[in-house]
Amino acid sequence: MKILVCISNVPDTTTKIAFTDNNTKFNTTGVQYIINPYDELALTKALEITEKLQGSVTVINVGLADTEPNIRKALAIGAQDAIRVNAHPEDATFVAAQIAAVAKAENFDLILTGRESIDYNSGQVYGLLAEMLGWPSVNVINTLDIENGVATMERDIDGGREVVTCALPFVASAQKELAEPRIPNMRGIMAARTKPLKVLEPVALNAYTQTPSFELPQPKAGCKMIDADKAEQLIDLLHNEAKII
Amino acid sequence: MSILVFAENIEGTYKKSSFEAVAYATKIAAGSQQKVIAVSLGLMDGKQLEELARYGADKVIAVADSRLNNFDAKAYATVIAQVAAAEGSNTIIISNTYGGKSIAPRVAVKLNAGIVSGVISYPDHSAGFKVRKTVFSGKAFADVTIATANKVLAITPNSFSVATTEKAAEITEFSATLSDNDFGTKSIEVKRVSGKIPLTEAEVVVSGGRGLKGPENWNIIEELAEVLGAATACSKPVSDMHWRPHSEHVGQTGITIKPDLYFACGISGAIQHLAGVSSSKVIVAINKDPEAPFFKAADYGIVGDVFDVLPKITAAARKLKASQN
Ligand SMILES: Cc1cc2nc3c(=O)[nH]c(=O)nc-3n(C[C@H](O)[C@H](O)[C@H](O)COP(=O)(O)OP(=O)(O)OC[C@H]3O[C@@H](n4cnc5c(N)ncnc54)[C@H](O)[C@@H]3O)c2cc1C
Ligand SMILES: Nc1ncnc2c1ncn2[C@@H]1O[C@H](COP(=O)(O)O)[C@@H](O)[C@H]1O
Repeated sequence: MKILVCISNVPDTTTKIAFTDNNTKFNTTGVQYIINPYDELALTKALEITEKLQGSVTVINVGLADTEPNIRKALAIGAQDAIRVNAHPEDATFVAAQIAAVAKAENFDLILTGRESIDYNSGQVYGLLAEMLGWPSVNVINTLDIENGVATMERDIDGGREVVTCALPFVASAQKELAEPRIPNMRGIMAARTKPLKVLEPVALNAYTQTPSFELPQPKAGCKMIDADKAEQLIDLLHNEAKII
Repeated sequence: MSILVFAENIEGTYKKSSFEAVAYATKIAAGSQQKVIAVSLGLMDGKQLEELARYGADKVIAVADSRLNNFDAKAYATVIAQVAAAEGSNTIIISNTYGGKSIAPRVAVKLNAGIVSGVISYPDHSAGFKVRKTVFSGKAFADVTIATANKVLAITPNSFSVATTEKAAEITEFSATLSDNDFGTKSIEVKRVSGKIPLTEAEVVVSGGRGLKGPENWNIIEELAEVLGAATACSKPVSDMHWRPHSEHVGQTGITIKPDLYFACGISGAIQHLAGVSSSKVIVAINKDPEAPFFKAADYGIVGDVFDVLPKITAAARKLKASQN
C-alpha cells in the first residue's frame, strides 16, 4: 500500500489576520506556520493504514523552501519520505496540477488530503486532483477501512452521514474525526533528519485565478447589553429593532 | 452563452441552497443575453422541476437517469460537463454544500475553468471578472479574479436572497452518456439526522458551550431552537467531550456558518470559535462573565446565568411566535 498525503503550510489558528501593502498581501510578520490541521489527521490515518496493511506513506507539499520545517515534522510524525514541489502555491488548480504530475509518475494506491486548508478555505485541491487523474473522490471522510483493495468510509453529507465504498485508487479528504493527531517523539524527530526529502521543479502552468486584494470584516458597531432580569426584552429587540425574527 | 446551475436535491426534494443558486444565476444573467439553465440529476417529480423556474431558470434540464439517484461526484461532474458542452454554458454555479464542494472542482477540470469556492458576492465585471470569498475561516475576505473563459463559482449557502417569479420554464430531458467507469463510489447507507435543519442552511442557530455544564442540560438549548425553528450547534470542547455530536461543532476546525441569527450560550468566544460564526448577521451572547470575549463580537449581550436567562428568552419567543400565527 503506497499512500500519498498532501500537506499544506498554514498560519497557526491563533494568528491575528492582517494585511499589508494596501490590503494586497497577507501580513506574515510574526506568523507561525503549522501543518494544516486536517492534513495532520490524513497523515495519521495513512500511518495507521500502513501499520496494519504494510506499505509506505509519502508526504507532498507544493511550496518554497520555507515549508521544509513542517515537511520534516510530517517525517517526524512517521511518513517514510517527502516531496516538495519547489513553487509558490499560486492557486488550487496550480497546486493540484503539480501533485497530479507527481502522482502520474509513481503509482500510489491512495491519496489523502485535508478537507480544506484553513487559510484560503477552498476545499478544491482533492477534487481537482482526482479529476486530473481520472480517479474517484470522496470528500469529508470520518472513517476509512481498507480491505481487499476496497475502502469503506463514512463521510459527512448535508444533514447527516453516508457510508460509501470505493475501489482503490482514489482521492479522499480528511474530516475531523478521521484520526487523533500524533505528536512526534524524540526518535521520530531524529529519524526525520535523514529521511529522504526530494525537491522537484514544478511543471509550467499559469494560475487560473488571482487574489489581488483582501479586506477585514467591519468591526461590530458595539454590543447592546440587556439586563439579565429583563432577558425577555431580547426577543422584542430581535423582532422590532434587528427585524430578524 | 448561458449560465448553468446545478440544482442539487435530497431524496427528490431540492435544497434551499439550490434555489439560492438559481436565483444567483438569474441575478447575474439579468441585463445580459445569457439564459439561465438549471440541471437536475436523478429522477424528480415534475412539480419539483417547475419550482426551479419559479426562482428564475429559463430552462430546466432533467437528467432522469436512476443511476444518478445516488450522489457520485465523478458521475455528477461528468453529466454536468456534458450538459454545459451541449448548452454552450461558460459559467457554472454550484452551491458550496458538501455535495457541491465535491463536484465543482471536477467540473472545473473538465471545462478547463478557473474556480472560486465560498463565493459571497455577485461577480464584479468592472475589471475582468472578480468575486469575493471568505478566507481564514471567516476572519477576512479575499477578492479573486478568474482569468479563464470558463468559470465555476461555488457559492456559500445562506448568502444570497431568493425571489420567486411566475415564470414558466421550458423543461427538457437530457440523456447523459455514462458508462460504469464514470461512477466512482457506491452508497451503502445514508444516515440522515431526521427532522433537523442542516446547520449550514439554518437561518437561526442556537449554540451552547462548556457553560452549559453537561449534556443533560441541552434541553434549554433545544427548546429555544424549537420555538425559533433553529438548528443547534456547539463549541469544540463540547463535541470533544461527546456532550453533542461532532456534526454540531462550529468554528475554525468545525463548520463555518453564517445564519441570520446566532445565539452563543455559555461560550467564551475564543478566536477559533469566532472564526466559524462571525459572519452571522446578528449575534447574541449570553455569558455570566462580563469580560467574556464573545461580547466584543456580539450585537446583543446578556450578562447572566444561562439557566436563568434562556428559559425567559424562550418564553418570550414562544409568545411572539404565537402572536405571529
Ligand atoms: C487548533 C485549534 C482549533 C480550535 N478550533 C475550534 C473550533 O473550531 N471551535 C471551537 O469552538 N473551539 C475551537 N478551539 C478551542 C477554542 O480555543 C476554545 O477552547 C473553545 O472554543 C472554548 O469553548 P467554550 O467557549 O465552550 O468553553 P470555555 O472557554 O470554557 O467557556 C465557557 C464559557 O461559559 C461561561 N459560563 C460558564 N457557566 C455559565 C453559566 N452558568 N451561564 C452563562 N455562562 C456561563 C464562562 O464564563 C465561559 O465564558 C480550537 C482550539 C485550537 C487550539
Ligand atoms: N500547497 C499545497 N501542497 C500540498 N498540498 C496542498 C497544498 N495546498 C492544499 N493542499 C491539500 O489540499 C487540501 C485542500 O486544500 P484547499 O483546496 O487549498 O482548501 C489541503 O488540506 C491539503 O491536503
